[in-house]
Amino acid sequence: MGFVIKPNINSSSFHLSGRSFFIRRRQKKKKKKTRRGEMAEDQKKKSCRFWIWALSSVVFRLILISFPGNLNLSSRPEVSTPLTSIRRLAEGYWLKQASMSPYAGSMYHGSPLLLSVLGPLTVQRIKGQPSHLLCSLVFVIADILSAMLLRGIGKKLQMAYGLNARLLGLLKSSRDKGILPCGDIAALVYLWNPFTIVSCVGLSTSPIENLAVILALFGAVTRRVPLAAFGLVIATHLSLYPATLTIPIVIILGYGLDAPPIKLFLQTRSVENEESSTPTVSKQPKLKQTTRLPFLWKTVAHFLFWVLLWSLCVLVLCAFSLNKYGGLDEMFKRTYGFILSIEDLSPNIGVFWYFFAEVFDFFRNFFLIVFHVNILFMLLPLAIRLKHRPCFLAFIYLAISSILKSYPSVGDSSLYLSLWALFVNELVDMKFSFFLFCGYLGISLLSPVMHNLWIWRGTGNANFYFGNAIGYACFQIVFVVESVSAMLNHDRALKRCINTNHGEVKN
Amino acid sequence: MARLVRSWILLLILQSFLVSIAFGSKEVEEFSEALLLKPLPDRKVLAHFHFENRAPPSNSHGRHHHLFPKAISQLVQKFRVKEMELSFTQGRWNHEHWGGFDPLSSMNAKPVGVELWAVFDVPLSQVDTSWKNLTHALSGLFCASINFLESSTSYAAPTWGFGTNSDKLRYGSLPREAVCTENLTPWLKLLPCRDKDGISALMNRPSVYRGFYHSQRLHLSTVESGQEGLGSGIVLEQTLTVVLQPDTTSVERNTQPSWSLNSLFGRKVVGRCVLAKSSNVYLQLEGLSGHELKNVDSEIEAHKLWKNADFELSLKPDRVLREISSFLFIFDIEKSSDSEPFDLGLTWKRPSKWLCQLAPLHASRFLMGSGNERGAIAILLKETESQEKLNLTNGRCTIKVNIFQIFPWYVKVYYHTLQIFVDQQKKTDSEVLKKINVSPSTDKVSSGMMEMMLELPCEVKSAAISIEYDKGFLHIDEYPPDANQGFDIPSALISFPDHHASLDFKEELGNSPLLSKFKEKSSVRSYTEVLLVPLTTPDFSMPYNVITITCTIFALYFGSLLNVIRRRIGEEERFLKSQGKKKGGLKQLLSRFIAKIRGRPIEESSSSSELQSSVLSSKLIFKIILVAGAAAAWQYFSTDK
Repeated sequence: MGFVIKPNINSSSFHLSGRSFFIRRRQKKKKKKTRRGEMAEDQKKKSCRFWIWALSSVVFRLILISFPGNLNLSSRPEVSTPLTSIRRLAEGYWLKQASMSPYAGSMYHGSPLLLSVLGPLTVQRIKGQPSHLLCSLVFVIADILSAMLLRGIGKKLQMAYGLNARLLGLLKSSRDKGILPCGDIAALVYLWNPFTIVSCVGLSTSPIENLAVILALFGAVTRRVPLAAFGLVIATHLSLYPATLTIPIVIILGYGLDAPPIKLFLQTRSVENEESSTPTVSKQPKLKQTTRLPFLWKTVAHFLFWVLLWSLCVLVLCAFSLNKYGGLDEMFKRTYGFILSIEDLSPNIGVFWYFFAEVFDFFRNFFLIVFHVNILFMLLPLAIRLKHRPCFLAFIYLAISSILKSYPSVGDSSLYLSLWALFVNELVDMKFSFFLFCGYLGISLLSPVMHNLWIWRGTGNANFYFGNAIGYACFQIVFVVESVSAMLNHDRALKRCINTNHGEVKN
Repeated sequence: MARLVRSWILLLILQSFLVSIAFGSKEVEEFSEALLLKPLPDRKVLAHFHFENRAPPSNSHGRHHHLFPKAISQLVQKFRVKEMELSFTQGRWNHEHWGGFDPLSSMNAKPVGVELWAVFDVPLSQVDTSWKNLTHALSGLFCASINFLESSTSYAAPTWGFGTNSDKLRYGSLPREAVCTENLTPWLKLLPCRDKDGISALMNRPSVYRGFYHSQRLHLSTVESGQEGLGSGIVLEQTLTVVLQPDTTSVERNTQPSWSLNSLFGRKVVGRCVLAKSSNVYLQLEGLSGHELKNVDSEIEAHKLWKNADFELSLKPDRVLREISSFLFIFDIEKSSDSEPFDLGLTWKRPSKWLCQLAPLHASRFLMGSGNERGAIAILLKETESQEKLNLTNGRCTIKVNIFQIFPWYVKVYYHTLQIFVDQQKKTDSEVLKKINVSPSTDKVSSGMMEMMLELPCEVKSAAISIEYDKGFLHIDEYPPDANQGFDIPSALISFPDHHASLDFKEELGNSPLLSKFKEKSSVRSYTEVLLVPLTTPDFSMPYNVITITCTIFALYFGSLLNVIRRRIGEEERFLKSQGKKKGGLKQLLSRFIAKIRGRPIEESSSSSELQSSVLSSKLIFKIILVAGAAAAWQYFSTDK
């Protein structure tokens, strides 16, 4: 399972800078200090600031969970879906304690393992404290862990980014400050995102699902193959949709981390070879003149083996815990079957509930297939187009599945939003970001209002809330599309930049 | 002549054969009718019609019925019904004023609408099928929508909470069924004399349906003969209970209203049903002042009783029976005729007040919470001034209460939120909850059921049970036409298994089915109110809009994302074009061809438009071929089937 060295195209670092792309970008950013002596200090300060912010977010959460009744957030349709609601989990646990199948009735649809972990916590109470304190603490811990893992991923990505930039000759030194600390940013975005806070305080199980997803990515990025496999299996077990992450994780393990397209490296190297002037060339290992990266079959096979092993473990454990209550058949029917057949039509921030409440029964199956296949349809084109950026691909997959999920919640959006923050360096030029920000803000303010008007006051009707859900879906779609387009534009800009640099060199 | 003799002989043989069939069996079918009248404390009068029809055990094949309705016996034989009860009710039984601790109320106080339960004598796997068939048969027989009980979302299989311990029991109720004369007519058709003669002639539709409470019930049970080869006998019991308000002509407000059969029903009994074995009218008077109850020993006393200072009966009773707290006057209507119709009347002379016997606890049920998302159901048990609640177990005086409740699936109950309060103090489950059995509901598949047994201390003032629920969201087709009216949660059944209601007569009863029924011990039970739950409705006019808008969203997603992925700009495009230029041959030819078709001169200069058109054309042709192929395949496969 060892650490396979990333097959970086270790072409030489170039001394090309000048009016490079990065410098242009750097000027957009905050003021910079130039002297090197201040660098280390600055770094320290930065990390210190990060810890302060992270801690304050934890304190904020603790304050929120100490309010009685978890601020009624646990019953918000935006926060807890039939899959992630803690009330349903408590009901499943109660049924299990009453020696019935936790899936009896249609209350609980989650994993039996999660039930046996979280179930006892829903019953135990500390005197004088709100009833769900223990569960809340678990979710807070899950959030902290996710943030730390995100930071780890971000650091790796940042290093890779700097390295690649240097390889392409777009950056001069390793200590260039044009690169944003994307790990810290992503972790703080995750911790301070109101969506995350709401789903943590609102006792939905999505922090745990998010943790599993981030664990899988972290394992892949740091090349800890068993960890990646574990995260993937658990995430898939909990909510099915992360199964799509198999593709990006395999690409990460096979080809390495996010990098500009290989063509650019070849291009720069050919220019370099023509010049063959600098002594750095000697450092570079021998490379075949190929347009393809070597695919590390061994690591991938290793990964697949671990996936099989972990899924076997999970299945055995599930079968063991559901021994008397119908076994795995029942589990698959009540969890994955429930996700795929969209039986629960209670409102959420997705668009499916209203669609399937209104659509004619005759067409129900057709639309079920069409909508689910929509997720699968885009997997391959995206994988082909973004195969050189597997982490970004993973982010896009997660975003797409959180749009087209059968029971989406804001917890899913919090995950992809923080993953998005991992690519701040690349996505700086994203369009419509202010518009999208306003859109998300507006939707999250309007959604409770519309829900209140329809459900509680009875002065509105279902279309109010559905309109809101449609708006949310539209904004998410624009967000995904713009992210992809910004990433592709970034690659184009890199290429253009290199071309102009080469032109200068040639001249 | 010889012919005549021969035919005579034949006839004789035939007759004797018929007679032997008719009287061959040991027992004969018996029918009896009875009417119980009872003034109620709140100036109303209860009339309880009771008809019992017994079919003796006989060979199950080739059965011939004289009195017993054929439809019912066929029903029993076909669906192997062991016991069944069907009731149609309108109005709510007032437990506080009309009694809750006598056999009459515990048997005839039924939930609003239709209630049906049946025990089958079939293997366990076939019970549900039998139930479904039975509901359809009854639906046709009684002109009611009992067939709605067929769906598994509307019935349940109680294990012990309903009182009858059987795993072949099915229970269902339709709270919203409107009960009217169209249900009464088929019910009357089962009687041998219908409503033409005898006591049933009193059932004048306007007066019966004018009442405060109206419940028609049909209870049938099979009696095993015990003998080999003989089938089982059937006992069909039909009752109609109405609570009427007599027209008060008396000015005094304190005195009870005086009434007669004619004033109550607008009709008189002109004679008995000749097919009935016994036809009696009973008058039950409760709470006669204590001193009169003593030393009643003979005919003289009985004579005194029906005409005294408090009240006066218009007819002399044939017999008087004593019970602990009431008197029962028995009248035989055999003597009545057209010229001298039976018209029993009761005239009160002095204001009198009495209390009826109440159940140990009075049960009521209500909804809590507001809004259309969630809520809670609460059942409140309050103490009553009941005399009989002592029941010692382990030195402690306790009242056992069984609660049986069905939840429709769209009321998604969280059983872990069950809370029990005794005298406003929260109790843990182990303290008061003896037994609980829950079968949770499955969405659109089955209804939920909760049976629980509470053991409360005797001195309890009030006990409350609350349970939270979420409201389900239905598909647009699942809403009834009046969706905004709300949905009904069927009544809960509260029964007291250790309290038995029976009338304890001191005298010999004779063979009156009604009285022997009353003498049987039956546990005290009462039904709670039906709850109306408003559910959220979608916009019923929207399906097309929703479908189109949602599909537009999907198109937006798919289209724009695909566009971004395959978009090429600037140098990429130029690069591709330069590559495309190199390809000659066929494409050039095609482009020329297309240019000719379009009637434009061939642009020899390598302009982009030409290239585009050539690329376009090849793609176009490919697409056309693809679509044509798909169409052909579709045609082929669709016609194949």
